[in-house]
Amino acid sequence: MTLRLAVLGAGAVGGSVLDLAGEYGHEVVAYADSSSAVSDPAGLDPETVHDRKEREGVVGDDDPEAVFDTDYDVLVEATPTTLGDAEPGFSHVERALADDRHVVLANKGPVAERYADLRALEAESAGRVQFEATVGGAIPVLSTISDLGANHVSAARGVLNGTANFILSRMAAEGLDYEHVLAEAQDLGVAEADPSFDVDGIDAALKFVILANVLSDGDVEYRLDDADVEGIRNVPGTALDLAAEDGRTVRLIGEATADGVRVAPRLVPQGAALAVTGTQNIVQLETTHAGQLNVSGRGAGGPETATAVLSDVSRLE
Amino acid sequence: MSAQDVESDAETEADAETDGGGEMPKPHTVRLELVDEPGQLLAALQPIAENGGNLLSIFHERGNLTPRGHIPVEVDLECPPDRFEGIVDALRDAGVNVIRAGAEHFGEEVTLILVGDLVDSDLSDTLHRVEASADATVKDLSLSAPDGTQESSSARLRLAARSGKTEDALAVVREIAAEKDLHVVEPLTEESA
Repeated sequence: MTLRLAVLGAGAVGGSVLDLAGEYGHEVVAYADSSSAVSDPAGLDPETVHDRKEREGVVGDDDPEAVFDTDYDVLVEATPTTLGDAEPGFSHVERALADDRHVVLANKGPVAERYADLRALEAESAGRVQFEATVGGAIPVLSTISDLGANHVSAARGVLNGTANFILSRMAAEGLDYEHVLAEAQDLGVAEADPSFDVDGIDAALKFVILANVLSDGDVEYRLDDADVEGIRNVPGTALDLAAEDGRTVRLIGEATADGVRVAPRLVPQGAALAVTGTQNIVQLETTHAGQLNVSGRGAGGPETATAVLSDVSRLE
Repeated sequence: MSAQDVESDAETEADAETDGGGEMPKPHTVRLELVDEPGQLLAALQPIAENGGNLLSIFHERGNLTPRGHIPVEVDLECPPDRFEGIVDALRDAGVNVIRAGAEHFGEEVTLILVGDLVDSDLSDTLHRVEASADATVKDLSLSAPDGTQESSSARLRLAARSGKTEDALAVVREIAAEKDLHVVEPLTEESA
């Protein structure tokens, strides 16, 4: 069944959803960035829209709010993640659910900061909320948990920030210090000009808060404030050297367990499954009857995250 | 083949030795008590090999009897972390009296890294207080303090704590570190890594 998508957010993820929707048998009927929108009931042509955005800085002539007036089945919320009240993303979701439309989130804010509110709105709506893309990009973490049943997964741990992992694994491999590797990561586009969201552990913490919310299945609600978060700025090259001498290394590891959410640089054996290198991500699920289950892959990037978004869309068919 | 044989075959297959999937083997010490009868030692070693353990050394204290009149044997072996429990279980299933296994023998060991201004914050005082209040022993210390750089120094500590008290020891280290403005890079436990 072809679903009609309204995409909010014209960054790397929104843009890739626009490009790839057709390949998945769906069509994008509305598309908006922060200042403009374009819609076409017959489906938008990705190239035309991208061209205009590049030339004129807008995607169309309409107001962004206009997407809600189009005839769509699924709202894809891919605006930047915001903390606290998770606005404006949360209101976008609220509006779509009020109109009984489905929502697929790439924006972590609403699921990390207002999970109970979101679930309450979903319960009132004929629409459903999916958010695979918010945890680990293309890696099927939430769908794996959903298949297992959240009550059969006692904990999730792993590496869910490619930037921090790239920096730590480069420091360990090259014996370079943090500042040097950060600069290199910025040159390569792996780290942003302001890397704090990644290197201070906030991005990883949001993902593990989402995992904790999913695993607790509504019993306890977690927010970023509930997480114990430490980033990697304080990990010097000497710490990685000492770890290596002992057959270990340091990774920014997140944990969502019955004790809560914790993100911190941790010592792991060099050969351990969690010691992924570069921008790889991994999540290890502790199951009640089946031991540990690892899922790994690319945790970020436009086409990667759009892959998760479109898998979610297909689950709504 | 009897039903029982079939069952034990299936078990052997499930526990058959593999390369451990990239997990590095770790050394363990197992202390056994053997009855002084021929063939006892061989019978005790078989479950280790059959369950993916690699024998490193055997210290057979013949002539030195335990209070129960048995012969104490200390076996060093290495195996992937997730196999150790299976080895101990197999030994016990085979009727071998396992006195102490692995971590329990030395108490639990935990490796962590302290980062910060270690020298000015009096490293020896830090270690002393960890030992005094965490009921732990510092088994090993490596310090990396490059001079002439702005980078903070690091120390790798291997602590031996009493069985089941590792978390308490870590909590004490955390507390002392917070007080001295040091950072602790804690280990992920063996099972979870």
